[in-house]
Amino acid sequence: MTNLTGIAASNGVAIAKAYTLETPDLSFETKKVDDTQAEVKRLNDALDVSKNELEKIKENARKTLGEEHAEIFSAHLLVLSDPELITPMEDKINNESVNAEAALDETANMFITMFEGMDNAYMRERAADIKDVTKRVMAHLLGASFPDPALIDEKVVIIAEDLTPSDTAQLNKQFVQGFTTNIGGRTSHSAIMARSLEIPAVVGTKTVTKDVKDGDMVIVDGIDGHVIINPSDEEITTYEQKQDDFEKQKEIWAQLKDEPTVSKEGEHVELVANIGTPEDVEGVINNGGEGVGLYRTEFLYMGKSDFPTEEEQFDAYKAVLEQMEDKPVVVRTLDIGGDKELSYLDLPDEMNPFLGFRAIRLCLERDDIFRTQLRALLRASTYGNLKIMFPMIATLNEFREAKSILLEEKDKLKEEGHDVSDDIEVGIMVEIPSTAVIARQFAKEVDFFSIGTNDLIQYTMAADRMNEQVSYLYQPYHPAILNLVNNVIEAAHAEGKWAGMCGEMAGDSIAIPILLGLGLDEFSMSATSILPARTQIKDLSKEELASYKDEILSMSTAEEVEAFVREKTDQ
Amino acid sequence: MAAEKTVTITDSTGVHARPATVLVNKAGNFASDVTVEYNGKSVNLKSIMGVMSLGIPKDAEIKIVAEGSDEAEAIDAIYEVIKQEGLGE
Repeated sequence: MTNLTGIAASNGVAIAKAYTLETPDLSFETKKVDDTQAEVKRLNDALDVSKNELEKIKENARKTLGEEHAEIFSAHLLVLSDPELITPMEDKINNESVNAEAALDETANMFITMFEGMDNAYMRERAADIKDVTKRVMAHLLGASFPDPALIDEKVVIIAEDLTPSDTAQLNKQFVQGFTTNIGGRTSHSAIMARSLEIPAVVGTKTVTKDVKDGDMVIVDGIDGHVIINPSDEEITTYEQKQDDFEKQKEIWAQLKDEPTVSKEGEHVELVANIGTPEDVEGVINNGGEGVGLYRTEFLYMGKSDFPTEEEQFDAYKAVLEQMEDKPVVVRTLDIGGDKELSYLDLPDEMNPFLGFRAIRLCLERDDIFRTQLRALLRASTYGNLKIMFPMIATLNEFREAKSILLEEKDKLKEEGHDVSDDIEVGIMVEIPSTAVIARQFAKEVDFFSIGTNDLIQYTMAADRMNEQVSYLYQPYHPAILNLVNNVIEAAHAEGKWAGMCGEMAGDSIAIPILLGLGLDEFSMSATSILPARTQIKDLSKEELASYKDEILSMSTAEEVEAFVREKTDQ
Repeated sequence: MAAEKTVTITDSTGVHARPATVLVNKAGNFASDVTVEYNGKSVNLKSIMGVMSLGIPKDAEIKIVAEGSDEAEAIDAIYEVIKQEGLGE
């Protein structure tokens, strides 16, 4: 029995067998074989098993990610049937009497080297495709299995170094009870996805892939951030109880599903959700969201071989707007570049990707990409209550330029005979300190602010949020952050505009009382955080919290703020 | 006698994974040997890795050659796919 502690990333308790999503050891020895015919057959059998698995993976990708995403697996399948790959391998076995592993490795490496040597970044990426498929064949030659979320067909807890967006998109909730990873924090992609899928998760355990073997019994406690490996019967009973209690708690929260969010004295604030795909809307509605406060559009662009067309984007935006009926939907325009890469967009490597060529900076430079997205949004605007938000705005000129492109496209669409709503609010994400500091000037021109705390904290504290060694500086309650947040809210209200927040902080039980007191109008969070937040706000007095404002803003440390809030709100 | 056709690539990203997949699948339906030539190199059009190794960019001129019992049908079908996919003309 081993216990690990990590970061509680998604609420709930999962108890199931481990499924490790790790590449098996693929080392092999080059050997001479006597029966070359049998060896060729062994190779072909491994190819066949791999092809069967890829068919399943492709089918699953088609269902969960859409036709476009499944195409990559069609290419993978073709690689495994490619005469230029298979014939040299068979020849090698027949002529040199080497084992299938050596023949596969040598032949594949020849192609990998060739693709890696090409000067086109897109073609270089194809080397990775060949590596991927040959690893699967190698695993089968060695009698190991090459895991994939699509191949899971029983109840499991997934164990992985980290989960990629395409991994998480393919998780089948029917089988995957929870997951736990070595790396990541509350704001990493895998954590956000776990909350949107509503499955328990513990991330950042550092060693879980080393400590757990395939098939071990594992408990993932996403409430307190514990992972228990091969638990005793007693522990299982304890955690089954905890699982029950959590389900009961959820039922209590659910009672507020159709209620507005009001403080103790009846002051209304808006609780809305962060989403990544149209499929997430169901979770927003089930959790009583009053709208969408952040629709991250990156997912439309990821895991594909080319930019999404205007039609594809239009369909996605329309689907979200229609399902949300007339509730507000804030769509953030493309936030890509830096650490978030697209295989088909050749960008130079950067020393400081978080400070680099990304988001609005990239969109203004590559306005062809930007205009396609804006056209799709504008055309979808008549299907609901659309608000458009530009990310990473550092200067007023960037906002003005982005907005003028938006207006140009609007005029063009109208000339072309399309209907476009005239009531689209246009706002910005406040995540760069320069913008938070002169929010007053911005407030005269934007329709709203949404404070993106994940980035605002990392930029204000100069601490990379992916770097675990400086993670202690990720301090949402730091007075510097709270003063910036207050500045943005006051600036918005002075101009009769609204201010929201769409970082993790908006759903945090310590931050909520502070933000309520500062007068934040809209709180956007993971859908599963909405009902607990509504339950908490019901018992908070906005007036009382507002009276602590000056005291909190003049505190010296985050610890001081936290202790004060805990005392005042009995946490 | 072989059948052949010269095509200019108009797709902005060249012959990338998706159209290459469609071309290879189409070529695989015919008994004839089918090759594609670009930049002085000729590869088997039934091989995805062969096709991608050419790294065919936008504005490239490529020659498709089919030789065998159904060469004429092969060339027509492949040219049809190229047009359908908006890959070239």
